[in-house]
Amino acid sequence: MIDINESVMQFLLALIVAGPLLGAVAALLPAPPGLKGKSPEQAVLRHGVTVTGVILIAAIVLALGFDHDHPSKMQATTDISWIPALDVRIHLGIDGISLPLLVLTALLTFLCALYSYFKPPTGPSPKAFVALVLVLESGTLATFAVLDLLLFFLAFETVLIPMYFLIARWGGEQRTQAAWKFILYTLLGSVVMLLGLLLIGIKTGTFDMVALATDNGRSLTTSVQVTAVLAIGIGLAVKTPLWPLHSWLPDAHTAAPTVGSVLLAGVLLKMGTYGFVRILLPIAPDGFRTFAPYLAAFAVVGIIYGSLACLALAKQGAKGDLKRLIAYSSVGHMGFVLLGIATMTPTGVNGALFANIAHGLITGLLFFLVGALKDRTGTSDLDTLAQATGAALYGKAPRLGGLLAFAAVASLGLPGLAGFWGEMLALFGAFDPAVGLSRPAFLTFTAIAAFGTLLTAAYLLVVVRRVCMGTLPQDAPKLTDVRSYEFAAWTPLVVLTVVAGLWPKALLGLTDPAVQQLLAGGTR
Amino acid sequence: MSSLVQSVDWLAIAPPTLAAVVGLVVLVADLFVDDARKALLGWVSVAGLAASALLLLPLVDGDRSTFCLTDDADVCSYTADRFTLVIQFLVLGGALLAALLSVTTLKDSRKELPEGEFWFLLLSSAAGAALLPASRDLATLVVALEVASLPAFALVGIRQGDKRSSEAALKFFLSSVTATAVSLLGISFVYATTGTLYLTQVADRVQHVDGQLQTLAQTGVVLTLVGFAFKTAAVPFHFWVPDTYVGAPLPIAAYLSVVGKAVGFSGLILVTVVAFPSYADAWGPALAALAALTMTVGNVGALRQQATRAYSAVRLLAWSSVGQAGYLLVPIAAAAWSDDPEHSIGSTVAYALMYAAVNLGAFAVAALVGRTKTLNRITDYRGLYATNPVAALVLAFFLLCLAGLPPGIIGLFAKVTVFSAAVDAGLGWLAVVMAVNVVIALFYYLQWTALLFRAPEGEPEKHRLPAPLTAAIALTAVLGVALSGAPQLVLRFTDAGLF
Repeated sequence: MIDINESVMQFLLALIVAGPLLGAVAALLPAPPGLKGKSPEQAVLRHGVTVTGVILIAAIVLALGFDHDHPSKMQATTDISWIPALDVRIHLGIDGISLPLLVLTALLTFLCALYSYFKPPTGPSPKAFVALVLVLESGTLATFAVLDLLLFFLAFETVLIPMYFLIARWGGEQRTQAAWKFILYTLLGSVVMLLGLLLIGIKTGTFDMVALATDNGRSLTTSVQVTAVLAIGIGLAVKTPLWPLHSWLPDAHTAAPTVGSVLLAGVLLKMGTYGFVRILLPIAPDGFRTFAPYLAAFAVVGIIYGSLACLALAKQGAKGDLKRLIAYSSVGHMGFVLLGIATMTPTGVNGALFANIAHGLITGLLFFLVGALKDRTGTSDLDTLAQATGAALYGKAPRLGGLLAFAAVASLGLPGLAGFWGEMLALFGAFDPAVGLSRPAFLTFTAIAAFGTLLTAAYLLVVVRRVCMGTLPQDAPKLTDVRSYEFAAWTPLVVLTVVAGLWPKALLGLTDPAVQQLLAGGTR
Repeated sequence: MSSLVQSVDWLAIAPPTLAAVVGLVVLVADLFVDDARKALLGWVSVAGLAASALLLLPLVDGDRSTFCLTDDADVCSYTADRFTLVIQFLVLGGALLAALLSVTTLKDSRKELPEGEFWFLLLSSAAGAALLPASRDLATLVVALEVASLPAFALVGIRQGDKRSSEAALKFFLSSVTATAVSLLGISFVYATTGTLYLTQVADRVQHVDGQLQTLAQTGVVLTLVGFAFKTAAVPFHFWVPDTYVGAPLPIAAYLSVVGKAVGFSGLILVTVVAFPSYADAWGPALAALAALTMTVGNVGALRQQATRAYSAVRLLAWSSVGQAGYLLVPIAAAAWSDDPEHSIGSTVAYALMYAAVNLGAFAVAALVGRTKTLNRITDYRGLYATNPVAALVLAFFLLCLAGLPPGIIGLFAKVTVFSAAVDAGLGWLAVVMAVNVVIALFYYLQWTALLFRAPEGEPEKHRLPAPLTAAIALTAVLGVALSGAPQLVLRFTDAGLF
């Protein structure tokens, strides 16, 4: 949109990746004079807001400077040799696929930092909290910005330790177990993924994603591709998560602090789907084609399974936890994303990328809202909240109730909001999958997934009815309605949900050329 | 007639020789130094080790060989090539760090440990360990192996009047001597069938052994390997490790975990890759199985440690070092299938360098904590961050390096090279076993790490930081961080020819 010098763009991208890391180190040091603030806690939380704010601005400037006429071209690229022995290069760059995710990550992390500034997390010192969030941000941003397989693995692993500590230290009940489950599951997946990455690297002689994508799997035999896709796919599927590898997710979400849940759902899960699109689709297309029907089948099972689990949790007397419910709904939503990717068509993959972003916005918002509800009422247990008649949030705190209802209908895919386009395009893609994939199988998947959208609508409406509606007893205490800092943290998500719903081209225009290029044989 | 006397290149053999000479000097000086000045001996030893490590510098520019046959200058007993220099650097550096830890331990022990003997034994063992990677004939190899291990037995049992210490020494001694005897038998078989002890000649002649002697040669090869497997504490020769580490003074446990391992695996590399490459189809699968077993048993053993048991921190490090030995064996096993065995061996060397730095660092912090909490339980590390933030952060970094997760970037890339050696050799199953092990290992490393940052129980005690201990911690931490920024520093050994 605006013309920015290439070297400035390079610097911005490098800043986005390395900046949070430096910020994390700075957070551990004592505050310099003049920045001490009211208390050390306040100073360090403010430091977090500043750093994530700077990163967000850098990301926005990067998005503005991005050449929107050529979104399939890698831009702001840096390519420096780092470890010649392993052929690891610090190769950074963004295209239409990674840019939206980069901005989403920067935005969500900033909103989380802002939210924590006004509502410090309950637990040990916020110093470590801020440092961990910043390391987490660096890891996720790096995942979306690097173009080297081993660097991708490094970035993928970087998020594990911070997230573990965020859950284990600042989490709720059963946090220790949940944190262990999270890290052991994900690590097992990612080490298996490493084996696949190494196999590709050794057989082709390079770890460079751009070179490999351009090669489009031509230097890999089909059997190598199959093995590599299986290994890498398992690692990414654990992260995404794909049913039946999802079981770490509900526990992690239930136990994680609000900010942790938002980042986990909004950003960390995207690393898995991004890997599918960026690595598997272009680098090992033959291997991916072999597994695509299975992937789609598992994804569809995930959609149904997630919805049914949510319905069960939403039932009266089921003692369903709202955070757990949203976590299961993520399994369903990510099912749509994976279904879209499994079609191997531009429509499906574009839908998947769109649904990715939409899920980040909407589920991020939902976790914020449920977190706020839990802070006010002390529980996120649906039965305790709703009692017999319903929690009557509309009466007690109308704005909070309204926002919750908004997020819920956005999540169920109401046309005009962000949730709609991604899932619809994914279904469209599945209706007419790529050449070489069994059409009847995918038609079945489409039908089942479409049924899943109905189930999704069902449980979300049940949640809205039980939480937002209900009779308001005379003596019921009023809940604090949305505070101004909460408005500040949530408004961007609401606005973007509406914008993405009404103007999908803003996003699809970015991803489509890049996806076309990727499927046709590589990134330029 | 040519001279029968071999010429000696003194510069090439200077590093191990200097360590040995300083050891003798310290032993003699002990007689003349009065009690108040015994600390001097320690500093002389530290300086001696540092000097012998520095003596490696002039050797860097090219391969040197000495003690060659007078009628065939290509067949030598001692070679200072890149492989030798790297391992010697590892051994001498490891010994130097162990010596720094010992200075404090000896001071704290208040004359319970005999200083002169201690330093003499440590330096002799280091000299033997430095000689080993340079040996290119089987006799020198065994002599070096014994010079490295005999003093170590004495060091393990050096605590006077300590029952656990002497029991550990006995266990260590008996099992080690048995293994050595077995490998001597193997070497004699190999000599019987090939008529030579020089590794390169063995490699040549073992392929053309008379049909009747085939079995003898094969038995010889297997038995020779057994002795070296013991030194790396590979399963099933690992059972002495935990008791020995707990019984030995802490710096000696650190020394054994790094230098002892280096001795074992460099010996193993020499006999497998240099002496018996033609038997790759025999030792390859054996080593692969050994590696898988070793890492699994080691990590499961570490996993089962109870945090409240006495000396559980040292026990955990001991078991984890068994697990790490398993990772070190993977590339050696992979060398059997690889077109370029030196490439695989480089992965072992790079991994060993990383492991040496961070494991010694972890031991250094354990030594620091052990000064106030003599039982050295893992629970004693709870809340270390509150009392000593730097030590806690550094220990967390070391443990995560050992686990191979960021921020321990060097640990991660060292594991990547090992994995890539396995994948390259087509050892997919071994890579998967290792992947599972990495996850098991993460559990106990991270559990310990998490404990460091918990709220302390009771009144936090300030640790006083003695200078040598601080130096050791700082040195290892700087190494670890520098390597994380520039992993190429150690990983380059995977890229270039070592021999």
